[in-house]
Amino acid sequence: MQFMLLFSRQGKLRLQKWYVPLSDKEKKKITRELVQTVLARKPKMCSFLEWRDLKVVYKRYASLYFCCAIENQDNELITLEIIHRYVELLDKYFGSVCELDIIFNFEKAYFILDEFLLGGEAQDTSKKNVLKAIEQADLLQECCMTDTVSQSFSMV
Amino acid sequence: MPAPIRLRELIRTIRTARTQAEEREMIQKECAAIRSSFREEDNTYRCRNVAKLLYMHMLGYPAHFGQLECLKLIASQKFTDKRIGYLGAMLLLDERQDVHLLMTNCIKNDLNHSTQYVQGLALCTLGCMGSSEMCRDLAGEVEKLLKTSNSYLRKKAALCAVHVIRKVPELMEMFLPATKNLLSEKNHGVLHTSVVLLTEMCERSPDMLLHFRKLVPQLVRILKNLIMSGYSPEHDVSGISDPFLQVRILRLLRILGRSDDDSSEAMNDILAQVATNTETSKNVGNAILYETVLTIMDIKSESGLRVLAINILGRFLLNNDKNIRYVALTSLLKTVQTDHNAVQRHRSTIVDCLKDLDVSIKRRAMELSFALVNGNNIRGMMKELLYFLDSCDPEFKADCASGVFLAAEKYAPSKRWHIDTIMRVLTTAGSYVRDDSVPNLIQLITNSVEMHAYTVQRLYKALLDDISQQPLVQVSSWCIGEYGDLLVSGQCEEEEPIQVTEDEVLDVLEGLLVSNLSTPVTRGYSLTAIMKLSTRFSSINRIKKVVSIYGSSIDVELQQRAVEYNALFKKYDHMRPALLERMPIMEKTASNVHTMFFGGYVWYYFFTLNCAFLSLAIPPMTAYSKNGLKIEFTFERANPNPNIAVITIHATNTTEADMTEFVFQAAVPKVSHDLSVTFVLEWPSQSPDLNPIENLWRELKVRVAQQQPQNITALEEICMEEWAKIPATVCENFVKTYRKCLTSVIDNIYRNFWTIKRT
Repeated sequence: MQFMLLFSRQGKLRLQKWYVPLSDKEKKKITRELVQTVLARKPKMCSFLEWRDLKVVYKRYASLYFCCAIENQDNELITLEIIHRYVELLDKYFGSVCELDIIFNFEKAYFILDEFLLGGEAQDTSKKNVLKAIEQADLLQECCMTDTVSQSFSMV
Repeated sequence: MPAPIRLRELIRTIRTARTQAEEREMIQKECAAIRSSFREEDNTYRCRNVAKLLYMHMLGYPAHFGQLECLKLIASQKFTDKRIGYLGAMLLLDERQDVHLLMTNCIKNDLNHSTQYVQGLALCTLGCMGSSEMCRDLAGEVEKLLKTSNSYLRKKAALCAVHVIRKVPELMEMFLPATKNLLSEKNHGVLHTSVVLLTEMCERSPDMLLHFRKLVPQLVRILKNLIMSGYSPEHDVSGISDPFLQVRILRLLRILGRSDDDSSEAMNDILAQVATNTETSKNVGNAILYETVLTIMDIKSESGLRVLAINILGRFLLNNDKNIRYVALTSLLKTVQTDHNAVQRHRSTIVDCLKDLDVSIKRRAMELSFALVNGNNIRGMMKELLYFLDSCDPEFKADCASGVFLAAEKYAPSKRWHIDTIMRVLTTAGSYVRDDSVPNLIQLITNSVEMHAYTVQRLYKALLDDISQQPLVQVSSWCIGEYGDLLVSGQCEEEEPIQVTEDEVLDVLEGLLVSNLSTPVTRGYSLTAIMKLSTRFSSINRIKKVVSIYGSSIDVELQQRAVEYNALFKKYDHMRPALLERMPIMEKTASNVHTMFFGGYVWYYFFTLNCAFLSLAIPPMTAYSKNGLKIEFTFERANPNPNIAVITIHATNTTEADMTEFVFQAAVPKVSHDLSVTFVLEWPSQSPDLNPIENLWRELKVRVAQQQPQNITALEEICMEEWAKIPATVCENFVKTYRKCLTSVIDNIYRNFWTIKRT
């Protein structure tokens, strides 16, 4: 996978994960163009499109578009499953996830993504394992904060 | 100093902004606060501030001043700090800036941290954005972690290694020992990432590929267990056990089995098993089938298996899910060359996909349809494809038109069908036809000698309807110029001949010249066509008038042509018929350069180029020197007008024999509108053959030889005698035939004149 973008139906970016080195300017350009292209697609169209020299796989979940750019030799159908798995993870973590959860807790969405994918590939195919790891890391975060007395409960 | 506001509160506040300006104001205010907080080296709230910065960065605002702060967070001992710090690094830093190298030491330390979650953060960051330098420095640490028994770290290390190898391929060797027993792991996470690592190594290095081929039996076994094993809740997706792992294994098998008979044979059974047993009701199952099909088609599988694969694709084509249909078309396109017959069986389904609503599916179906066209199905297929051409989106028309032309050229059942098809394309998608199709079509029409009358008639009628589609107009003009006489004399056999007068034809062509719809190229075609008709029609005066009017056209190209044609009327009228006669049948391929010379002639071809850019002095160059033929180019400025560059070509034959069939072709790029090609026939003083006096010398030689002089004095006497005896009639004859001789020489040269193509 080269990158993953999450954006709303109005085209607002909610998450961007890049697995290839690009300048900020290039990232902005790609994001803008791709978001436009995907939003222009009609509901009856398939989830795949060729864009520049990449394959783009996208799926809409409620008000959010999940969009991945994959290489030519990657399997589009399994990428749909990867997207679905990520959504399931978010859902389990936040409890019936909605766009607002991702807006207000974007850093957590990133943490979950980074526990599921590394360098664009799935690290663990077990939902349980990924969620357990996140849980533990969250605990660790809380632990280290309660160590120092003067900290308030939520550091962030 | 009040505590900086919390992240979530900031988000809430920013979302209340009603305008872009309001949002910008809030952001600027907060940025200022954050900046001063950074300046004060506030350790307590650094994490909070960076998190807010990351949010603002996502909204599109600059956040580079937070880069160093991310590094400080990474270096902190607190897990919270590290978490946000690494996230910030991945979002804000990029390998182009040297700043990122400062991370290297921190990552190194964290890779050896006592807490696995910290190690995990480091591995993740390195594997996501590590530059080549960082990878070089830290590869050793990654390799160490690849050998750990902690599966949480091992799986991450494997993917990190993939990234390292991608960035620094030379380091691949170093990971080889660690891969030894990766596949014996029970943990699916490690298995999955290991397969990814092995795939990467095999794809990059043929040696690795050979080395890992021995893993095929083990991979087959793992795959088999996945399929046969009962329900495993941890890895189950819609009743299928760990589809992600299955797909990755299938992909690795594909790479290992490619071009290797033994490996391919070893995986035959499992592939058949997966292909037949996988549940196809959900996307997951189809994803696995898709990967299986790709593998079957790529390795050396037996034919039964290949047919099975294509049938799976055929079933995919009928699936309700458009994603599946799309994937089927893509795969069929890949296999259509190798398994043509099998794919042919699904032709009608494929053609139906031309009517699909989805753009990507339509494109795939179109490409596949063209690949399936053959001599047997050409008529039926063309009907469908022409219908598609009529109704498809503009983005397809150019490709579709080209495809139709190609298919028609290869498989046309008859010349008439071919020309009808071309006409159909030109009339329905004429403006999308590619530039190079016009010369190709002209060549096709020229070579279909018996269809000339029919073609010109149909093209003429098309012109009456619509003059907006330039390629159609260009081909039509050209045809009318060539075959206008057939049009006027009503010689069409294939269909009812139309009644049209010379004046009507000239009206149409002149109409093209003045129309706003015509491009300059089209106007050029029209003018030339009108000129050609001067030898085919009787209304020469009208044509002369048109040509002279355009002699002062502001379009330089048109003006130049008109001036030259004018010259043809005035000075070279005797050459006009020969110059404008019917084009001969053209060879498609460029002929080799043979040379046509008469004895040791040197032809001078003068080219005048009105190109302003030829400002530098160019030294002469030898373009060709082989087998006694030498061609040299010299460049100089014309004397009165320095804006004109004169390129002279000297062609010399230094062999004793004549060289025949010299063909000269000049291809002129579009950029230089102002190209004037003038042939000036000249020959140097010492060259004999075309000088009529030569014939007279020969005559004298023969007569003198008959007298058989014995000495020099006798020779002189006899010469003077015989010279006086040569009757005037003989001389007259030489002069008469000389004209004919010259004309035929010029004919041959001017035939080549017309092969100057504009590219």
